Amino acid sequence: MNEIQLRIPAKSENELFARNTVAAFALPLNPSLSELSDIKTAVSEAVTNCIVHGYAGQEGWIEIVCRIEGECLHIQISDSGKGIADLEQALTPFYTTLPGEERSGMGFTIMQTFMSTFSVQSRAGAGTVVTMSKDFGARAEANAQ
Amino acid sequence: MKIQENRNGENLYIYLTGELDEHSVCAVREQTDRLIDENAGLSRAVFNLAGIKFMDSTGIGFLIGRYKKLQKYGMTMYLENPNAGADKILALSGVYSLMPKL
Repeated sequence: MNEIQLRIPAKSENELFARNTVAAFALPLNPSLSELSDIKTAVSEAVTNCIVHGYAGQEGWIEIVCRIEGECLHIQISDSGKGIADLEQALTPFYTTLPGEERSGMGFTIMQTFMSTFSVQSRAGAGTVVTMSKDFGARAEANAQ
Repeated sequence: MKIQENRNGENLYIYLTGELDEHSVCAVREQTDRLIDENAGLSRAVFNLAGIKFMDSTGIGFLIGRYKKLQKYGMTMYLENPNAGADKILALSGVYSLMPKL
């Protein structure tokens, strides 16, 4: 078991650092280039959500906890922002609360598709916690069959 | 992000290089829109993504925004040479039906 905890201000300039740090942490799992890209994209989506939706441009902190257990990478990304009032709607592909801002509404769909497991917990006013994991090696192959 | 352009006949080629995310998208949007405005009489815009090392769904929103802008000018939009990671989210989000991959 190995673990890292990151606490970063909700600024878009930290997205690059966040996704590359999580990808670097995952290296002992011998990820393929495609798997590394999946992890970076999923992390970038979750961190973007914290900045754009959770804190909506206001200051705040994003917490990222990563854990390797066996051949699995667990990632939890949380904010203490405004939360999501209607989770079911938020998880609908192409749904966005900011249609005027060129948002694709694909963030959660990409996290769900690129990771092995995905869940989100949120309440209006109570922040958001995204929990996801990705299997590697024999475990990933077993899931693919 | 670096943006370069090239005109060839009726085609405007836009070459994007770097990582396209929430942090970089504002500057990219501004510069790309200026290029489109300057070349509004052409028929086609081809976005070459070979230099995009990373992009997330912010990039999808950016591309759809440019598609809408080009549509107003009567220009069609194409994408070429996305890397495997970009290709995966472009295919997943269905944008190739709006802007085919060459």
